[in-house]
Amino acid sequence: MSKSLKENTFWINAVIIIIGLGMLYPVLWLISASFKEANTIFTDPGLIPRPFTLQNYVKGWEGIGIVGFGTFFKNSFVISGLCVIANVIFCSITAYAFARLEFKGKKFWFAIMLITMMLPGHVTTIPRYIMFRNFGWVNSILPMVVPKFFATDAFFIFLLVQFIRGLPKELDESARIDGCGKFGIYIRIIVPLTIPALITTMIFTFLWTWDDFFNHLLYLTSPEKYTVSMGLRLFLDATGISSWGSMFAMSVLSLVPCLVLFFSLQKYFVKGIATTGIKG
Amino acid sequence: MISPKIKKSLKENITSYAFLVPWLLGFLILTLYPMIYSLYLSFTDFNILQPPKWVGLKNFIIMFGGNDQHLGDERFLNSLFITLKYVFVSVPLKLIFALLVAVLMTNKLRLVPLYRTLYYIPTLLGGSVAIAVLWRRMFAGDGLVNLILGLVGFENLPSWISNPKYAMFTLVLLAVWQFGSPMIIFLAGLQQIPKEYYEASSVDGAGKVRQFFAITLPCLSPIIFFNFIMQMIGAFQSFTQAFIVSGGSGGPLDSTMFYSLYLYIKGFGFSEMGYASAMAWVLLIIIASLTAISFKISNTLVSYGGEG
Repeated sequence: MSKSLKENTFWINAVIIIIGLGMLYPVLWLISASFKEANTIFTDPGLIPRPFTLQNYVKGWEGIGIVGFGTFFKNSFVISGLCVIANVIFCSITAYAFARLEFKGKKFWFAIMLITMMLPGHVTTIPRYIMFRNFGWVNSILPMVVPKFFATDAFFIFLLVQFIRGLPKELDESARIDGCGKFGIYIRIIVPLTIPALITTMIFTFLWTWDDFFNHLLYLTSPEKYTVSMGLRLFLDATGISSWGSMFAMSVLSLVPCLVLFFSLQKYFVKGIATTGIKG
Repeated sequence: MISPKIKKSLKENITSYAFLVPWLLGFLILTLYPMIYSLYLSFTDFNILQPPKWVGLKNFIIMFGGNDQHLGDERFLNSLFITLKYVFVSVPLKLIFALLVAVLMTNKLRLVPLYRTLYYIPTLLGGSVAIAVLWRRMFAGDGLVNLILGLVGFENLPSWISNPKYAMFTLVLLAVWQFGSPMIIFLAGLQQIPKEYYEASSVDGAGKVRQFFAITLPCLSPIIFFNFIMQMIGAFQSFTQAFIVSGGSGGPLDSTMFYSLYLYIKGFGFSEMGYASAMAWVLLIIIASLTAISFKISNTLVSYGGEG
């Protein structure tokens, strides 16, 4: 490598790192502010909390009134967990049918599925609300969870169809010769081979249901049913300007599951985004 | 008697359809039926407590009735205009940033995996209530942004989120900040461009800038186009950020009244569910037409060249 090229590379690296740190600064500041005392939070733009305190976390965790953040986190984990399970099972079964099975009208239904992927959710919001209200599902987790058991996240069906189409068909054939039925092929051949795509499905289902706010706002009406996103909003409205420290502490906690997921399963993230163009 | 062959194909079809049943039921009950029902509701007055009352085109006339005080819904037109502005400012900016940074990173840097991680974090976290809360606090009059601007000598700084002139700007910034996802897609796309193209063109004496416009941009154009469509559809539906930053009001002075937020306020705040359904259909039509127009334009701009 020539000297000027080396120098060039150095400057490009420097620019990328500086922009990157600039972008991360608000998040880093949020984390640091959650450990600062009330009187230094808004006077100190630095990233090292001096003095360092855990009070914000202790106070924030108690939440508002009788409902603490423990409840909000439990509710969020229940909803996200069930959605992840349902999406993995039902999106992959549907994808298997579209990618491998033969039946009349397949092209038609596949086109319909692709269209639903682009559909803005608003056109179904109000009728679904009326329907779920008639079922008596308001203020329960059912409106968030039940649709996933009917493979309504077309996006993941598409992702899995693409993945399954890339698998060699000979494996199905040999399993069939060994006496496997359609379900047998799905369980023994397709599921084990699609695990990377299933992990991508799990990750993004978790993130999107964890961050969901609109549906929780519509359907969850009492604080003991609130999720983390609703809990944060309640906290913001109830405490106003008095306790930004606790507000920040709970905000940081709410981001932890997403960060843990991201750092432990990074390669699936990059693969998932790069191969399917998952929206951000 | 049914011949064994037909019987077999019938059985084949039935067992296959069995795998499709959950999705099919979901489509019929949770998508198709609600769509038809909301289309019907859009021609009615409906407050959920009393049965819907047919009013013909009234809801649509109110939406686009212009400035007529008795007829027109200025707040609707304002929210539509604001949302269009948000979409067509934030999405192109986001994609331009994503592309520029991705191109910077392709110069065979060893640290690319680290950079990908770094730049993806805003996208990972940006959709959450927590970050919206942070944004609201950062751009407040006594927030972090003004604190820093004050330290470098600026004076008389506004409260960005409570000034109707700047509130939208903070939301655009929040959207552009999350350029990590298209950046990763562009990075993957850049690696697909054959190196020979660049080698051949530098032999012909083309500079970096020339190469960017003559090779990189055309080769990436299908990916850029796809991202534009997906980001546009997503941006039209933004809700959480505007809701949290404005405290659920779309304020100040409706300056952050995104389409989805206004739809929510109309449908669930004022219980005007017929009107909100009509709004949902107008949004669907707007998104569908813009997508169709983009496809039309893309035929001339996007090159789906054989190998490239």
